[in-house]
Amino acid sequence: MNIRYQQIEGRGLGFYALIAGLGIFILAALGSVYFMEHHGHYVTGMSNRVVWGIPHVFALFLIVAASGALNVASIASVFQKKLYKPLSRLSGLVALALLAGGLMILVLDLGRPDRLIVAMTEYNFKSIFAWNIILYNGFFVIVAVYLWMMFERRLNKFTSKAGLAAFTWRLILTTGTGSIFGFLVARQAYDAVIMAPMFIIMSFAFGLAFFILILMASYKWSERPLGDVIVNRLGNLLGVFVAAVMYFVAVKHLGNMYLAENIGIENFILFGEHIYTPLFWIGQIVLGGLVPMALIYHPALRGNRSTLGLASLLVLIGGVIQLYVIIVGGQAYPMEMFPGKEILEGYGGIAAYSPSLAEIVLGIGGIAVALIAVTFLVKFLPFLPESLADEVADPHYKTK
Amino acid sequence: MKALNRRDFIKNTTAVTAGVATIASGISLTTFAAEPKESEPVTKEKRWGMLIDVNKLTESNIEDMVNACQEENGWGNEVHSRAEQKPNWIKKVKVKDKSTGKIDTLPMMCQHCEQPPCVDVCPTNASMKREDGIVLVDKHLCIGCRYCMMACPYDARSFVHEDLNNQKTHMPRGKGTVESCTLCVHRVDKGGVPACAEVVDSDAVIFGDLYDANSKINQTLKKIQSTQIRADLNLNTGVRYSGI
Repeated sequence: MNIRYQQIEGRGLGFYALIAGLGIFILAALGSVYFMEHHGHYVTGMSNRVVWGIPHVFALFLIVAASGALNVASIASVFQKKLYKPLSRLSGLVALALLAGGLMILVLDLGRPDRLIVAMTEYNFKSIFAWNIILYNGFFVIVAVYLWMMFERRLNKFTSKAGLAAFTWRLILTTGTGSIFGFLVARQAYDAVIMAPMFIIMSFAFGLAFFILILMASYKWSERPLGDVIVNRLGNLLGVFVAAVMYFVAVKHLGNMYLAENIGIENFILFGEHIYTPLFWIGQIVLGGLVPMALIYHPALRGNRSTLGLASLLVLIGGVIQLYVIIVGGQAYPMEMFPGKEILEGYGGIAAYSPSLAEIVLGIGGIAVALIAVTFLVKFLPFLPESLADEVADPHYKTK
Repeated sequence: MKALNRRDFIKNTTAVTAGVATIASGISLTTFAAEPKESEPVTKEKRWGMLIDVNKLTESNIEDMVNACQEENGWGNEVHSRAEQKPNWIKKVKVKDKSTGKIDTLPMMCQHCEQPPCVDVCPTNASMKREDGIVLVDKHLCIGCRYCMMACPYDARSFVHEDLNNQKTHMPRGKGTVESCTLCVHRVDKGGVPACAEVVDSDAVIFGDLYDANSKINQTLKKIQSTQIRADLNLNTGVRYSGI
């Protein structure tokens, strides 16, 4: 059957309420930025020891999720799975929107956001950060072209080529994001090449969780049919991705524990007496991993959209917690400056960090920017198929 | 009188301009000659370094070094920043050997690495190393991303968390940018030594050109046992320690 794409009507009270609600979060975030930039970072919880706080957690979470959200489109155009094809446009849109939200946070948390032009014109090609600036900008261009190929009927034949380019680019992009941490020789928590592939698999899970929630919400709110075949397939896939993330986390920590130089940081994260240990076990592993998998795979809950929605939400919350443990926990633990010696004064100890309200509001504002972009664009461009009922979307559908 | 056409006008003005430029450049050369060191280009022929003999330094010596740096470079008067947000271009660090219990106290600052991780990670080239080995931050290029602070193995860098007043003219600083020890580059370029080295009376802190075979630092390093902090990272630091 032919898929027909149609803008959502977007005239109801619900639509405007959503826009207004997200708008308030965005305004609050801009207010926070003004407050932090006007006073300086002393009003934040950040310090010379914990230099990247909650804003970076949200920023990297969204950037990682962005590249993952594109996977749904890649499965259709690179791996030729027809079921995913009607979802491709939305997949590209969610990817761009999440990246925009993440980058907004990253830029507004700079010490000198007014010097963005410097970051765009002065490149140190040895810097992984500089590569990332190029990768992010390139992602916008490539995904935009990819979407254009999808939208323009005459150019449809190039979709799979554009899709392959976008898929390759996103793998490189997430490798770059993970490598921000992977090559910091000074810090025990980070200096591991596994960070890059782990970030890629995290992106699969977070991006898909965002996609599922946005898909289910937009079809429910616009009262369009969404069949079980697609929803269940996406749910199963999410379960696989969550399991894969947990596998990488296990390998990373077990591998680290084998090396004497890393026992300190592993004890700190896994068995410490501070916030990071419960965040890791209860937040990341149980809430963000085991519970979503149970919700997805428990036979009694199969095909239940509420529990799939809850599972997706938990994957996202677990993802934010995972990045918090990696980014803030990794900085809180002191660097091994004098191996074999204990530092009594001047450095060392666990660095304190308590996020200020302004930082949290900025982070949430990034999510709001991503969501408002999706909300507006599905109103103005035909991203969503009119129907994703099983008889329309499922290529193997048989009338019973 | 012959009217001046355009070609003649250009010819004449060019000649006059060239003449003025020649004389003026002669004048400026003589002016600069009064401060010979500063006009010399920085070259790879030199590698500035510092040797700190921990056994010869008392704790109050180290405190004097910290105070001298603050006084010279104008940091430490921040009013809003919390303790862990205040700048620390140089600080007193006390370490205890886990086996023997031996305690050492030493001053720690930017180690001016030959292979500085902060320079590698800086996206805008604001973190940079001069030819003579001094590692600096270009405050005009720094966007305040703090990646260099993540990368530095010595916790040597500080982020300016608030507006600043009464800065030293030779050491401009700015809210939202990263800073660290400059090895008192403004003094070194005029033939001087860093403020922290100057304030210590004994030869516990020796500043000089590591490459110059006749320099005191070079000769001392040839004679005595010395270490680099985190030598395992192969960064080849310009600041060396003995006695730890």
